[in-house]
Amino acid sequence: MTKPAEVTDNDWETEVLKNDTPVFVDFWAPWCGPCRMVAPLVDELSAEYDGKVKFVKLNTDDNTETATRYGIRSIPTMMVFKGGEPVGQIIGFRPKSNLKQAIDAAL
Amino acid sequence: MTDSRDYDIVIIGGGPAGLAAGLYGARGRHKTLLIEKGVIGGQIALTEAVENYPGIQMINGFDLAQAMLAQSESYGMETEYTEVQKIEQQGLKWLVSTEAGDFTTRALIVTAGAEYNRLGVPGEDRLIGKGVSYCATCDAAFFKDQAAVVVGGGDSALEEGIFTTRYVSKATIVHRRDEFRASAILQERALADPKIEVAWNTVVTEVLGDDQVTGVRLKDVNTGEESTMDVTAVFIFIGSTPNTGFLGGLIPLDGGKHALVDEWMATPLPGLFAAGDVRQNSARQVASSVGDGVTAAIAADHYITANFHGDTAAAAAPAEATPAA
Repeated sequence: MTKPAEVTDNDWETEVLKNDTPVFVDFWAPWCGPCRMVAPLVDELSAEYDGKVKFVKLNTDDNTETATRYGIRSIPTMMVFKGGEPVGQIIGFRPKSNLKQAIDAAL
Repeated sequence: MTDSRDYDIVIIGGGPAGLAAGLYGARGRHKTLLIEKGVIGGQIALTEAVENYPGIQMINGFDLAQAMLAQSESYGMETEYTEVQKIEQQGLKWLVSTEAGDFTTRALIVTAGAEYNRLGVPGEDRLIGKGVSYCATCDAAFFKDQAAVVVGGGDSALEEGIFTTRYVSKATIVHRRDEFRASAILQERALADPKIEVAWNTVVTEVLGDDQVTGVRLKDVNTGEESTMDVTAVFIFIGSTPNTGFLGGLIPLDGGKHALVDEWMATPLPGLFAAGDVRQNSARQVASSVGDGVTAAIAADHYITANFHGDTAAAAAPAEATPAA
């Protein structure tokens, strides 16, 4: 199973905005408890949506430029991008079924 | 025949009370299931530092919860991540309906905890995640060198208020009374902190901002005088309400929606127990919730022994009840 790759401020443009398929981004930081709880769910979803949606993670401590650009002020925040535009956003820990709903609604 | 969805003890809620009940249930050789709808640990998963759990000088709340989970699972407790929709009596057993299907159990322990209260003022809901936060340890880092208000006067408000000062330039604690309810040691720390100011006898009446929080409207409760304060973050800690919605109509609740139980955490209904923050007069501490959970599990053990005469899920499925460790 391929786990979501880490993206940074530097490769945000190519890995997320210019990606052909929709991209699910998990904004997280190492000190955030709920982020650690979301992580395994995102791993599972990454396998379930393999080929349809690309899954990546962005560490908000190390990549403040991107976090600021999208107004991230609470983590975990998860966003879905399609054609370079944000089309869905989830703030805070949610059960897997809710994450799936949000992804499906954005596709 | 073995029914994999039939249990001796089902526990609703994976905070300290539920995890402790699960440990004692599983060690009592009962087939035990813990159901959690969100994050294991509940409110403590969001606590940066637990420093009042006896025997442990200091531990991160998420780590403490994970350690409790690992210990309970090592004795065979099962865990299911789903939300309970309804519980009802089915003969001598309880039927627990969840988003992941139905479970039956001989004893049911409700440790569903409590959810933080919202202020209920304009702008609050709209700006959640945009400066309005109920978890300073999660979100304070996004407000480096900015000004914040912290609403409340209890342990959580002061603990989290003190935490925000690692990042923010100034934290104003807005409290509606002229004294804090928080424990003395937290009051001493907060009042001695050069980055913390207190607005006594003051309430927040509105959170201001379009896409992001830009300020709050404040009101002095004595004079009625209104003012605004420029801040980019509003951290809210004004108490909690027990998650007893799914018990409504089944058992008596008090005015604050807490379940009424006896000293064994037993509700008036056979086989139904309530422990931790959901019960009336809980001390709402990790240590007291753990004690509640243990008491409920021991009471459930006695109840099962007295009422089911060996006709247990563990007896029907010995392999599944054997501890993993």
